[in-house]
Order: sequence, then structure tokens, then C-alpha cells
Amino acid sequence: MKKILIAATAAMLVTGAGLFGASAADKLKVGFIYIGPVGDLGWTYQHDLGRLAMLKELGDKVETTFLENVSEGPDSERSIEQLARAGNKLIFTTSFGYMEPTLKVAKKYPNVHFEHATGYKRDKNMSTYSGRFYEGRYIQGIIAAKMSKSGVLGYIASFPIPEVISGINATMLGAQTINPNIKVKIIWANTWFDPGKEADAAKALIDQGADIIMQHTDSPAAMQVAAERGKLAFGQDSEMIKFGPKAQLTSTMNNWGPYYIERVKAELNGTWKSEDFWGGLKSKIVVMAPYTNMPDDVKKLAMETEAAITEGKLQPFKCPIVGQDGKEVECKGGTHLDDGQVLGMNFYVKGIDEKIPGK
Amino acid sequence: MGLIEAIILAVLAASTPLLLAATGELVTERSGVLNLGVEGMMIVGAACGFGGAWLSGSVIIGALCGIAAGVLMSLIFALMTLGLAVNQVATGLALTILGIGLSGLIGSRFVGEKISLAPHLYIPGLTDIPLIGRILFGEDAFVYLSLALVAGVWFFLYKTRAGLILRAAGDNHASAHALGYSVLRIRMFAVMFGGACAGLAGAYLPLAYTPFFIPGMTAGRGWIALALVVFASWLPGRLVIGAYLFGAVTILQLHAQGWGVGIPSQLMSALPYLATVIVLVLISRARTGGSTAPAALGTVFVPDR
Repeated sequence: MKKILIAATAAMLVTGAGLFGASAADKLKVGFIYIGPVGDLGWTYQHDLGRLAMLKELGDKVETTFLENVSEGPDSERSIEQLARAGNKLIFTTSFGYMEPTLKVAKKYPNVHFEHATGYKRDKNMSTYSGRFYEGRYIQGIIAAKMSKSGVLGYIASFPIPEVISGINATMLGAQTINPNIKVKIIWANTWFDPGKEADAAKALIDQGADIIMQHTDSPAAMQVAAERGKLAFGQDSEMIKFGPKAQLTSTMNNWGPYYIERVKAELNGTWKSEDFWGGLKSKIVVMAPYTNMPDDVKKLAMETEAAITEGKLQPFKCPIVGQDGKEVECKGGTHLDDGQVLGMNFYVKGIDEKIPGK
Repeated sequence: MGLIEAIILAVLAASTPLLLAATGELVTERSGVLNLGVEGMMIVGAACGFGGAWLSGSVIIGALCGIAAGVLMSLIFALMTLGLAVNQVATGLALTILGIGLSGLIGSRFVGEKISLAPHLYIPGLTDIPLIGRILFGEDAFVYLSLALVAGVWFFLYKTRAGLILRAAGDNHASAHALGYSVLRIRMFAVMFGGACAGLAGAYLPLAYTPFFIPGMTAGRGWIALALVVFASWLPGRLVIGAYLFGAVTILQLHAQGWGVGIPSQLMSALPYLATVIVLVLISRARTGGSTAPAALGTVFVPDR
């Protein structure tokens, strides 16, 4: 009896890890490693939509396997290796913390191609890819400054890493084009995902006078709090209008489908090579949700800004950019900050009163 | 609504799931069983609670589904640890892993759905009193229920014969057995009560906090509840203090960040845990000898037949 129970528990654990896949010898096998559950409505959900979009187009030639809820660190290395050993020829690892494990497995399996999201380490069989989410945040800043009555924006941040900091800066640079005196209150949740805590942070920001809520955490909790309190908010990663039909202004959505289709096609054609891809509005990796709950003139301005960024006429980080200390930031890209400066951003722009935590 | 009032309301809401889960675990541990599966029972309670409310449109049915799910989970634990005398720590950890997987499976069809939050009490006149009105007379039912539950547990443990027997089973199962009490039956009911409370605590999150279900939404609250039981040195009264203290520090650190207090946010986020550790140290220093933990906590009991 005891043994049966243990076996049953073990079986449950294995299926609980979410190993799915069917066998067909002639199809290209593509693997995905996810940090969260596919139903997180945020980061992982969008990656899985990308996988499904790719399957829809190439499903007759490709089969996919995904492992969800894979925590970063040693556990992920085993999972990535498991996919490589199972015959996957192209493996996408979709969280920053998988960088070192992916690199290690890539060295061990030179004939397998790896793609790591949001990292910066590459190898001859390991690419990196990410999205220019700050482009969307710049548009959000403009909308926020137009819509705010109190002149105070509320920002729920996750961790003080360059991607989050560049998002805050892009928001403020956009907002300052409308209202040079706009203020932002930032609360660091120190988590990517804790709906309760995200809701608490949104409540705290609203109670302290913010009337527009934006977030760099993953759940729709903040959107729902804003809706409940009659405030406005921006979604994150995915469409969140269901949680705030009268609150969502827009959402900067991650759209990985086009990239996954392109890379799997390259793998099928034998033209895959290691590269560093960083796409934004132009390559449709970053997509804005419909502009809602705003007057027509704000909507028009938002759409014009979106078009200008898409066409390359407008750079969110165009020089001169003045840091918190009042000094101008070196302009390595000529007319705007170069990619390296954005990817490694560790300063706040002028107009943000707070300090970066731990700095 | 004033800022202080808003903060207190947020603290009460943040503390309630901790208090509910910890109350259940306290009774379980008082009977001598250490169930580390609180997090697992909570998350299954959250999935089933949301599912019940979404399908039926009723918060009460949702809460009942959460309780039922928690009880079913705890019965798995009872079967393993009481029926088969398996190690409690290992079983509890396995229960949490099982719960996280199971809740994802149950909840997968509800992801992306939304329900309306549990209504808040409104008594004309009383609820409108400035400052204290909304705090005392404007909460959702779970907040009042959690406090009533603690009072009930205190009364049961210290004022009833059944409570005395339960504590006896937790302190010395051999004696309780020798006196003719069925230790295993007592413990099974205590484990089930713990499961019911954890299930309700889990259901509180989608029903009254954030009206949707997402896998992993309990985000470690079950572990906090376990720590609170130790923090309270297994006394129901201290449990209320511990839960509200933890909730207060959690909410206040968010506000402090918004005010721009110059303390790194990483340290701020750690404050609730630091506060818990500090109070634990103070309590253990102030104590006059001996542990207050139930003497038979975590030990397996196999009656000789």
C-alpha cells in the first residue's frame, strides 16, 4: 500500500512538472523552458502564446515540448539538459536567470541550438533575444501625464535591474514632454509575482495620492485595485482590460510569435546562426493594447508617438538626457543613448526624487 | 478616507489569510501533528474557492468549496501520517508540492476569469462614523470570521473538556491513549480542522483580495502562517498579535517607500521577517525555562492493539 502511494505521488510530481510532448520522428523538435505557469497571465503566458502562434504556422513540420515552473539556478540546468537529451534541436529558455545554465548546457551539446531571452551571454550555438519594452513605456508616460489630475504617477517596480530602471526612466521622459513637473512615486515589491503584495502596493500608491498606476510586476492585481478605486492604470505583458474595463489605458504587450516563427523557420532551413536580437514596436515584438478610457486627443497623441517610434523618427532616450545629479549623460549613440547604455542603465533621470534602492 | 484609516484597512485585509491559516495549524499542532503542507492546502483552497464562486456566482459557496478542498487535502495528510505512520515533515512538504501542482491543474480553466469581491459590511450610521466606522463596521465577513475563530479556538482549548483532551494528545500521546482516548481520531479531527482553515485562508485571496485565480497566488503565505504559530508560542491570543504585526509591517514598508524614506527597499521588504525573528528572540529570552511547544509535536503514534 505504502509503495503504491509513493509511486502514485511520484507519478503526480512528474506530471505536475508539466512535461508534455508527442513523438513523431520526422518533425523538428523545439523545446521551451518557462519560469512560471503558462496561466500566469503575464510573462510566461505571452511566451506560450508565441509558441502556439509558431505551431499554428509551422505545426506540420514542428513539434514542441515545454517545461513550466522551472526555477532559476541548478534546477533549470537539469531541465534544459533534459530537453536537449530528448532530441530537441532548438531550445528557448525564457528567463534572465537561465543565462548561465543555458550557456553550460550549450557547451555540452554543440549540435543543439539555444535561444536565451533577456540575457547578454552568447555562444556559437546560443542566441539571445529580448524586447524594447521601454518604447511602450515612453508612450505610457505621455498618456499618464495627459490623464493625471494629481500630477503624481504610481509605479510598482519589481527589482532594481537595468530593464526595470530603463522602464521608469522612459516613462518619466515621456511624461515630462507633457508636464515637466510630473512626479512619480515608486514602490519596489521585490518580487515579479505576488498578486496580494502587488495589490497592497497599488493601494498604498493610491492612498498616497497617485491617480495613475503602472507596474513592472506580472499579475493583474494592480489593475483590479485601480478599477475598484476608480483610478486609471496600465497593463503589463499582456492584455488586462478584463480586470479593469474602465481603468486600463493601454498595455505594453510582449508578442514573441513573430520571432519564434522566424527562428524556427531558420532552423528548418538550416540557416540558423547565433545572434543578438532586440526588437521593439517596429518588429512587433512589443505591441500596444488598444488605447482606451481616454479622450480622442490623447489617443491621437499616443498613436502618433507610437508611429514615430515605429518609424524610427523618435527615440525615447534621445539626447540630451540629464541624470538625477543634474549632469548630462554621455551620448554614446550620437543622437540617442546606445543599446549598451540602455541595457546597463543604472541611473534615474532628472525629475525622479527617489534613489535607486541599494545605490 | 484618511490615510491612517486606509492603512489600517489594508493591514486587516493583509493579515486575515495569515490569521485563518495559522489558527488551523495551531489546533493541528496542539494535537501533536506538524503539518507543513499549509501552503499546499491554501493554494488548492484558492483554486477551488475561486472555481466555486465563479461557477455559482456566490462567495459563500466559493468559501465552502475552499474549505472542502482544504479538508480533502488534509485527509491525504491524515491517511499518510496517522494511518500509515509516515514521517510528518516529509509528508507535509510533499503535500505542498502536490497542492501547487494540483491547484494549477484545477485552476487552469479559471485562469483569466474574474468574479466580484466579497461584499463589505455596511450598517447605516455605524459604518459612517469617521475614522473607526469603516474599520470596525465595514469589513468583509472573513475578517470578523477570523477573529471569531480565534476566540472560539481559545475557548475550545482552555474552557472545554474536549480541548483539554486534544492538548493532552499533543503533549503526551501515550498517556492520553492509556486513559482510553483515541489519539488517532483526535488528531485526525485536528488535522481536518487545520485543513479547513487553510482552505478558507486560501479561498480568501481570490474571494476577497484579488478577484482572480493565478497559479501560485498564495506566494508563500502558508509558510508565514506556520512561522506565526511558533511566534505565538502555540497561544491563540498571541496569534492575533503576530498576524496583525506581520500584516502591519508588510503594509507600512510599502507606504514608507512611497513617502521616500531613505532605506533600501530590499531591507524594507525583509522587515516583516526581521520583525518576526526579533520578537521570537525576545519571547524566548523572556520565557522562564522550557519550551512551550506541544511535547509530542511531530512524533508518530502507533497504538498497540
